[in-house]
Amino acid sequence: MTGHGTSGTETGTGTSTGSGTALEVSGLTVELRTPRGRTPVVRDVGFSVRSGQTLALLGESGCGKSMTAQAVAGLLDPVAEVVGGQVRLGGRDVLRLGRRERRSLAGPQLAMVFQDALTALNPVYTVGSQLAEPFRIHEQASRRVARNKAVELMERVGIPEPGLRAKAYPHQFSGGMRQRLLIAMAVALRPSVLLADEPTTALDVTVQAQIMELLAQLRRETRMALVLITHDLAVVGEQADQVAVMYSGTVVESGPVAEVFAAPRHPYTRGLLDSVPAGHPRGSTLPSIEGSPPRPGSVPTGCAFRARCPLARDRCATDLPPLVATGPGRASACHYWKELADV
Amino acid sequence: MLTFLRRRILSSAVPLLVVVLGVFFLARLTGDPANLYLPLSATQEMREAFSAQHGFDDPLLVQFGDYLAQLARLDFGESLRTAQPAAEAVLRAFPATLQLAGITLLLAAAGAVVVGSLAAYRPNSPADRIAGFLSSTAASTPDFWFAIMGVLIFAVTLDWLPTSGTVGAAAWVLPVATLLIRPFGVLVQVVRGAMVTALSEPYIKVARSKGAGERRVIFKHALRNAGAPTLTVAGDLAVGLINGAVVVETIFGWPGIGKLMIDSILQRDFAVLQAAVLLTALTIFALNLLIDICYVLIDPRVRQGALA
Amino acid sequence: MSTHEIGNANANENENENQSGPAAEADGTQSARAGEETGRAGLLRLLVADRMAVAACAVLLLVGLCAVLGPPLLGDLAREQHLRAVKLRPFSTDEGWEFVLGSDSLGRSVLARLVVAAGTTLSVAVPAVLLSLVVGSVWGMWAGFHRGWRESVSMRIADVILSFPSLLLAVVVLYVFDPSVANLVAVLATARIPVYLRTARAESAELRGRLFADAARTFGTGNWAIVRRHVAPIVLPTLLTVAAVDFCFVMLTESSLSFLGIGIQPPDVSWGLMVAQGRAELQNAWWTAVFPGLAIILTTVAMTVLAGWARMAGDPAQRWRLTVPRKTRKGERP
Repeated sequence: MTGHGTSGTETGTGTSTGSGTALEVSGLTVELRTPRGRTPVVRDVGFSVRSGQTLALLGESGCGKSMTAQAVAGLLDPVAEVVGGQVRLGGRDVLRLGRRERRSLAGPQLAMVFQDALTALNPVYTVGSQLAEPFRIHEQASRRVARNKAVELMERVGIPEPGLRAKAYPHQFSGGMRQRLLIAMAVALRPSVLLADEPTTALDVTVQAQIMELLAQLRRETRMALVLITHDLAVVGEQADQVAVMYSGTVVESGPVAEVFAAPRHPYTRGLLDSVPAGHPRGSTLPSIEGSPPRPGSVPTGCAFRARCPLARDRCATDLPPLVATGPGRASACHYWKELADV
Repeated sequence: MLTFLRRRILSSAVPLLVVVLGVFFLARLTGDPANLYLPLSATQEMREAFSAQHGFDDPLLVQFGDYLAQLARLDFGESLRTAQPAAEAVLRAFPATLQLAGITLLLAAAGAVVVGSLAAYRPNSPADRIAGFLSSTAASTPDFWFAIMGVLIFAVTLDWLPTSGTVGAAAWVLPVATLLIRPFGVLVQVVRGAMVTALSEPYIKVARSKGAGERRVIFKHALRNAGAPTLTVAGDLAVGLINGAVVVETIFGWPGIGKLMIDSILQRDFAVLQAAVLLTALTIFALNLLIDICYVLIDPRVRQGALA
Repeated sequence: MSTHEIGNANANENENENQSGPAAEADGTQSARAGEETGRAGLLRLLVADRMAVAACAVLLLVGLCAVLGPPLLGDLAREQHLRAVKLRPFSTDEGWEFVLGSDSLGRSVLARLVVAAGTTLSVAVPAVLLSLVVGSVWGMWAGFHRGWRESVSMRIADVILSFPSLLLAVVVLYVFDPSVANLVAVLATARIPVYLRTARAESAELRGRLFADAARTFGTGNWAIVRRHVAPIVLPTLLTVAAVDFCFVMLTESSLSFLGIGIQPPDVSWGLMVAQGRAELQNAWWTAVFPGLAIILTTVAMTVLAGWARMAGDPAQRWRLTVPRKTRKGERP
């Protein structure tokens, strides 16, 4: 991909590095303080995404994908703490930046769309004033200018009668409309990276498709890099260019979606793909991955997946498999990935 | 909005009526005023004449009927003690209490918003722990004891402040401080709790993801949301303030409605007691209405419900 | 979002702690740990970790001990007048250990009176709180479960009682009837019933609409059985926390009434009454008024701290807060 965007994102702080990588995360480790001491919930996570592309962070709930996104955006709760790693945004490691500098990036450089749009919108302010806020904060726009821009934004994300609806409160919108508002708020300042944390989970299936289409359209228009956090394999297949599969707080496989889905190189990915109904004869038992993921805090030594893994051997109990390159743009954290590749 | 207010007024009218009813009958159970107002040597005829003059010889229900009829004419009866209209005595005492309570509530609210927000900003931080400890101590301090300690230290020992009176700012310090201490302690805890809840809502993260500074996050996004739960206790607090006023006014000889009510009970001065209770109940009622209106103004969700 | 995750994680832990035995055993690596910490032991461990809560517990235990053992052991000492030991200053044991907190104008030991007064104070506060808790909770659950007119009438009654300053109510009532301990308890309990009524009603009305209540109903479970088996266990912890906070309110009201002269009557003694009696001697024997006031504050603060702790520990979504600020935990690794 040629990552050098031509849109307005290029003004000021240069967004993209030479390769067009908008966001590069490496070695990210997040610990949670719990009653039993500190528990790593995100372990040595790395991925990168280029301008104009979509990276899917795929994993079941509790695997640390939301925590990863919040760590990147600097929005972790006080109980969680980033203890290592780098988050390079436009060539700078945001984890090393001061609060004020980091705040100045939130909105114009990096924005986030949250899962539950009802609680993510402040119930006591009109949506117009909430949409105007990014302009008020970052562009010191006057009330009137910010308001007009907010109405424009609403129109852009497909809210009917935006001028009128700007005066309404969040509870007066439907779930889909609220999610549109939330997206509008995130893309207000044309960020170079957008993190979308399960943006469609709370919505009807038909509305889900519309929201995904809206995100894709905005991504194409502004050439922003989209990090899509999801547990939905179908969404990944349709929307993403790259995928990073997370299991128990760490990335177990990554690569281009088409390649990974066609020939997974980690038994977990394989298991996930096998449990999709499509491609199985009617009436046959749907395969599923036996057992459940280890709880954070009691992750066993060696490979976290070994208890559920059909390929597990003695070595898996002692040696933690690192995420190693298995081909151009692909990587897997399994000692025996070759066995999967050969099948 | 109007239908909402009308509904609120109607639903509050019943409690108001019950309070009036309760005080009327309870007060008449406190004993025969003739025993207090007539000399011990008074003859049976003198007692009967006294009772007839004030209507105490009628059956209770008749007395209550008369009382309601009087009320309808805005006649609150006559003080047994001073023979003045009861309304006059009550209205004379009322401003003193209102000023005292008003200043106290204002200070308590302002202080609680600041301290509570600071404490909630980092739950369990040293600042939060200190604020939590001080506010729970304040909420647990018996006001009469606090008043006495204030007198002991600042009036008796240091001679900085007067022990009674209402003239001059110095005279206000101890009464206000005494009345303030418990509502302040309670409010700090309520504001803190509401702010902790508000600050852990997703919309706070969204505000931060927009690059909002901490001041904007706390005072714009969280505080208004914390307002509603804080308002709910304001009504109870106002009732508690009357409790405090009784104690404070007794200790500092403050010529307010709390002292008037206690004195009226002691003196079997029914008319004044009834008028005072009625006015207090009306004030609390008005305050609750005000709180409801604030509710509607703060939270658009309530507004829609109220208008519907 | 992540608070949810944390909350859930803790809720899971909670479940695991509670399911002692077979279910936990099946969990393989978890069994040793889960067996070690069944629900109560886990809570105790959390309690010990919180120094403030431990101190609060100690204070309340001490007050309770004084209340139970004080009157029989020190009752005579508290009444005994030593006319040669009048207004002794505190913090000196020259005249004997009983005068370590000084003596009043009649030469009575302040310490002994404090201990005996604890008994009187608790003999009002505890029955009053229990009475209002039981009546208010049952009434509230009943009202909330049936809804309709029963609910509205109950709520109106609660409104009436709450909109009337409780101190004034007590003053009026205690003038009508004698200010005996029984009457005090009755007045204070009546004044506080609405608090539990409101809480219990709100919670049970909410629970009534939940699926498990419907499920029970489809099996033909009676209303009272649903309330007892499904609603009460969920509402009870909340009500107990309310009761703990209310205990402070009741104690303070009792002491205010005693201070105003219409609560506990001499020769009985309560902390509020001691402050009232000490007020007259403020200028030359400050300690007779200061110590009982401190005793009130200490007890109510301890109760508040413990109630706050219990509320946090009982709420899985909040419990993590108890562990966060500990600097000592930073080094700990699982």
